[in-house]
Amino acid sequence: MSIFIDSNTRIIVQGITGSAGSFHTTQMLNYKSKIVAGVNPRKSNTTYQGVPIYGSVLEAKKEQDANASIIYVPAPFAADAILEAIDAEIDVIVCITEGIPVKDMLKVKMYIDKSNSILIGPNCPGLITPGQCKMGIMPGFIHKSGNVGVVSRSGTLTYEAVYQLTSLGIGQSTCVGIGGDPIIGTNFIDVLRKFNDDKDTNAVVMIGEIGGNAEEDAAEWIKENMTKPVIAHIVGQTAPSGKRMGHAGAIISSGKGTAKDKIKALKAAGIHVANISSDIGKTVKSVLQS
Amino acid sequence: MKIHEYQAKSILKKNGIKVPRGYVVDSVQSSIEAAETLGFPCLVKAQVHAGGRGKSGGIKLVRNEQETVSFVKGILNTSLKTYQNPDGQPVNKLLIEEACEIKKELYLGIVTDRSCNKICIIASLEGGMNIEEIAEKHPEKILKQWVDTSIGIKEFHIRNLQYLLKLDETLYSSFRTCVYGLYNIYMDYDVSLLEINPLAITGNNEVLPLDAKIVFDDNAIYRIKDVESLVDDTQEDSKEVLAKSFNLNYITLDGNIGCLVNGAGLAMSTMDIIKHVGGEPANFLDVGGSATESTVEEAFKIILSDKNIKCLLINVFGGIARCDIIAIGIVNAATKINTNIPIVVRLEGTKSEEGRAILNNSTLNIVSASSLLDAAKKAFESIK
Repeated sequence: MSIFIDSNTRIIVQGITGSAGSFHTTQMLNYKSKIVAGVNPRKSNTTYQGVPIYGSVLEAKKEQDANASIIYVPAPFAADAILEAIDAEIDVIVCITEGIPVKDMLKVKMYIDKSNSILIGPNCPGLITPGQCKMGIMPGFIHKSGNVGVVSRSGTLTYEAVYQLTSLGIGQSTCVGIGGDPIIGTNFIDVLRKFNDDKDTNAVVMIGEIGGNAEEDAAEWIKENMTKPVIAHIVGQTAPSGKRMGHAGAIISSGKGTAKDKIKALKAAGIHVANISSDIGKTVKSVLQS
Repeated sequence: MKIHEYQAKSILKKNGIKVPRGYVVDSVQSSIEAAETLGFPCLVKAQVHAGGRGKSGGIKLVRNEQETVSFVKGILNTSLKTYQNPDGQPVNKLLIEEACEIKKELYLGIVTDRSCNKICIIASLEGGMNIEEIAEKHPEKILKQWVDTSIGIKEFHIRNLQYLLKLDETLYSSFRTCVYGLYNIYMDYDVSLLEINPLAITGNNEVLPLDAKIVFDDNAIYRIKDVESLVDDTQEDSKEVLAKSFNLNYITLDGNIGCLVNGAGLAMSTMDIIKHVGGEPANFLDVGGSATESTVEEAFKIILSDKNIKCLLINVFGGIARCDIIAIGIVNAATKINTNIPIVVRLEGTKSEEGRAILNNSTLNIVSASSLLDAAKKAFESIK
């Protein structure tokens, strides 16, 4: 079992012919993900690596019975690509693109809230159910199938955490990168709820960042609802105030969104906190053994 | 992206909001001319990308030509240190502005509230002072009105604000024009923070923005009108400006251990662990997922241009980024600038074996590390 995606997920790639889109399509195919269609209005009726390309998401979905879409479209056009996927009633939409203006995401957010689609990202590494389906840009080989769910706002730091788990022999059910932007489609609570209901997930690793109050909200939700242990880490404990630390969402403004406040909220909710990222694997191991 | 007060006020004016009369100047002579046109007393305001100018001697009410000359000479082309920027920023331009009679000072700000995906208009009767301090000590004095962008700003939003601020009906018309205008600027110009502090109630019984701060959404810079004319790189850290031109995320910090990392989260994590073992990071740097030999080379040079650096820590988790390409970039850069500082390297993931081999076969002062914690410890050891 897993959440969001599995070996039956049929994926469309929006922006399949761009440099990022084509590179990662190959990588996903190598992982045996079912990439069934690509979208590029100017290159319909052609193929990429044997994958047929269509002029629109709706056409690709109808022709190939697709239920998921991953977006590599450049930032100025990415919000429209998400809107198109929502309009075509795609179940799971993953947007990898970094740098989408906040105003565009406000529009997307309003539209998706009225639909049954789920959006992961933007500005995220995507998600992976090890051994079944990789829908993203993460290195597949560091993952191992198992029972620990991973949810994170970060990209490479998630790889770091997964690598530690795999090195200790701990496999993952699904790893979800929800993205580093201030406005994202799926938040910690949405993913935690899924993991809580997934019978093959026994524990969850949650990696948060400075900025916003998503971690505090998640802590509150976990305290009330979560039946499985959660191991958390917050990155940016030493980040200066007022500086955007790479991710648009990772900024401490007016003393709000600090790592200290987040760790305090997590601990108060009974969540196991790994103080430094290199302790994430160890902490999970000790929680699973206890 | 930040802009100057005079630029923000010009955007306000273009959008129908009344602002004090003023002139931007860059010499003593033009300051005197501007002041004489406006009439004494008037204000001389240093234009830097930071708040807290008043407390730092960056703003002065001048009553005659002599005072103008003396203040302008003392501040123009100097560096103004503020609590927001203790290192100081160059004062290349001054805003000479009419002084007006102030009955009361309000605060008005607009931000995007990411917790509910709405625009939040923040107002307070305690303007002109440190709003962060008021928010912390007297949160009840901070009033909020949310606007759902699907309906946009409506008359009732402004009536609500009038009620919350207990504004007199005679002020309503000018308050309404001001709030409508500010909201429209916020939306039309892809603003991420708009702040009017103070928003004065004047002797003429109208509201008037005495200061204006606009920060644009960095992701939307490509579509902001006339944005080139608004950029002032002299206000930013020169290394950060240079890094940006190579698509690198770089932020200068105070320490002496340089960091070169792929990914923002891992870069922050590297800083955290350096601190954890007792060291001080000199920078935040994310080379990005699509790092090439040349971007790594530029990143390396920018980090090393900080003279405080005593050691460089490289932490790369190869996913899309390949460790061998990063290693080649490092060797090239280090050879060119001929450095022999210790370089602690932790490579993991895609092509890590190849990357390690390239570094170990070079003539650089390489220290290999097996994990992030190990790398931080070795970096700290090397500077002792």
